[in-house]
Amino acid sequence: MSAYRKETTPPPYCIDERMKIPTESPVLHVASRGIAPVIMLIGLYVFFHGHYSPGGGFQGGVLLAAGVLLLRMTLGVTQSQKLMPTTLTLKLSAVGALIFAGTGLVALLCGGNFLDYHFLPVWFEPVYLRYYGILFIEVGVTITVMTTLIAIYDDLLGC
Amino acid sequence: MKALQYLSLAAFLAILFAVMVDLPPRGDLQAPAQKVVNEAGTPVAGTYYIQNAYKDAKTPNMVTVILADYRGFDTMGETIVVFTGGLACFFLLRRRP
Amino acid sequence: MPWPIEFLLFVIITVAAVVGLSVRNLLAAAVTFNIFSFMSASIMVSLGAIDVAFTEAVVGAGVVGVYGIIAILLTSRKSRD
Repeated sequence: MSAYRKETTPPPYCIDERMKIPTESPVLHVASRGIAPVIMLIGLYVFFHGHYSPGGGFQGGVLLAAGVLLLRMTLGVTQSQKLMPTTLTLKLSAVGALIFAGTGLVALLCGGNFLDYHFLPVWFEPVYLRYYGILFIEVGVTITVMTTLIAIYDDLLGC
Repeated sequence: MKALQYLSLAAFLAILFAVMVDLPPRGDLQAPAQKVVNEAGTPVAGTYYIQNAYKDAKTPNMVTVILADYRGFDTMGETIVVFTGGLACFFLLRRRP
Repeated sequence: MPWPIEFLLFVIITVAAVVGLSVRNLLAAAVTFNIFSFMSASIMVSLGAIDVAFTEAVVGAGVVGVYGIIAILLTSRKSRD
């Protein structure tokens, strides 16, 4: 451990300021601003089309996080706060896990087993109740994965 | 130490090749994963999912039905593992101003 | 031999692992790890597991590369051993 510390000698809690400000290259600016909405749109497609094609909550969440992380890397942390604020990420992650567990708990309180979507108190046919139950818990998985990946990035940079 | 790493990687490659020779051909109906009843006489779980996934949840992608409906508790544990990882990174890497 | 594509992919994945272990530039090691991850996703596709391959390609070749670059930026560019 000391071998790595001795080489470049950063102060222990020094954060590299280069990652906070925007990059100077205009090519990267234009390219990332064009590509990032497309990545996030593909993430939404992968999430909502997960019933019919490969995909689902986890993959869609990682693609949404990749779109935000691209803007975090090129525009800097301070300019991309409007898209996903740093103070909101871990709270939204907890909300996503709570959506998943809460759906199971509602089904448990309404007479079924844990995560048994037949017994959700919504008026649908039971088959389509399972369809929309799957879609609803995938929302929780997507929110948790997306915000956790952004929160790890922000914690690594220390801001 | 370097030689040990290369030796273990060469052994890994040899294991991969030895396993690849014995794989069944593509789309083989006699492969162990495609059987209805296995050698012990008990029904295979995958066959039930293939036959009943669309009937139960009206979803053509049966992987989604298995992940979120039949094995929903497993996916909930996975989500909570991801959330706990983010929380551990927050407490380990947070810098005080 | 019924699996010629897997033969090629196994050779590439092992060569990527050897290069990633032996190279001294850590940025090159991170990129080589992305190549390893993408090739293992290709193996999953050829075996028919599309969902696993999708997850592997998105996580292993996308987000882990970003985290590796950030970790290199915070510590050091060269490895000692």
